[in-house]
Amino acid sequence: MLGTGLLVFREVLEAALIVSIVCAATRGVAGRGRWVGSGVGAGVLGAILVAAFANVIAAAISGIGQELFNASILLAAVVMIAWHAIWMASHGRELSAHMKSVGNAVQAGSRPLSALLIVVAIAVLREGSEVVLFLYGQAASGAGVAALTGGIALGVIGGVAVGFLLYFGLLGIPMRYFFSATNWLMLLLAAGLASQAAGFLIQADVLPALGNRIWDTSALLSNASLMGKTLHTLIGYDAQPAGMQIVFYAITAIAIGVGMKLWGNPARASRQASAAA
Amino acid sequence: MTLALVCLAGPVRAADIEAKLTIRDHKFEPAQLTVPAGAKIRLSIENQDATPEEFESHELNREKIVVGNGTITVFIGPLDAGRYPFFGDFHQETAQGVLVAQ
Repeated sequence: MLGTGLLVFREVLEAALIVSIVCAATRGVAGRGRWVGSGVGAGVLGAILVAAFANVIAAAISGIGQELFNASILLAAVVMIAWHAIWMASHGRELSAHMKSVGNAVQAGSRPLSALLIVVAIAVLREGSEVVLFLYGQAASGAGVAALTGGIALGVIGGVAVGFLLYFGLLGIPMRYFFSATNWLMLLLAAGLASQAAGFLIQADVLPALGNRIWDTSALLSNASLMGKTLHTLIGYDAQPAGMQIVFYAITAIAIGVGMKLWGNPARASRQASAAA
Repeated sequence: MTLALVCLAGPVRAADIEAKLTIRDHKFEPAQLTVPAGAKIRLSIENQDATPEEFESHELNREKIVVGNGTITVFIGPLDAGRYPFFGDFHQETAQGVLVAQ
């Protein structure tokens, strides 16, 4: 039961951390629970489907279907986060001001919430499909129902609890900086996901590694440790990154950062407005 | 932009060295696999168990699901000489092995 719980915990934790950041970034949005809930629901459904067709995906495209699938959905999540982060950079200030005056009743308006629904769904799908395959294996090897459900409960409760901790921690950020802080977190999250996608493409030999191990900080903070895993999910920490992963990380971070600056600078926007007038 | 990069890169040359692992009764055979250092390796892993496994290695920075009675291919290296432990994430008590590059 403990072994089952540990594996479930590790996978749930990764998804929960991403969902927490999304929840923080959508603070004050009316109907947010429904959006996030739908994302989780879609993710669980997707996880079961992906697990059920794992052999089909694995065999596809001469054996690199799994890597291409993972890389594709990771990059899709990157695009969704980029879209939302850049949108928020141009509207976040109004949102902060609005929330101070009218509390939690900010309208979603034209905000791309569907983008975040997809991000949540992808996070849950990726980690969830591994859990489903693992549990299927456990059940097939004759693990008892009580041990399995106990393990699932332990893992899910533990993972979700850490997610809540992160969420409430983030809520402690002063309102003035809140949305720019969550926006930077989203930027790092996206860069990390892009780096993971690069890892899969290297593993499939679709992209060159550009150096297998540009540096090695595993003595300092191993990928296997809980902190290493947490930072891996949150900001894309990797103790032994390949060169191509760094390239993907940097391009994503710079592209989103530049996008946020270009469209998110109120001074520039008002200058343009006065120039036009 | 990242998508464009993927498309531009195109196919990469084939691997130099073939290596093979088998999973049976949630154990790797051989548990120690020696490969040449400095060469790219095409590692195929055959799962003879009926249950799925996940081949994973922190040192090699690799993870891939291998379904029951399935085979996967993972590209590794070129590696520096050294020991690179790997494990089956779904059966960590028994599924442990090490790749030795020399």
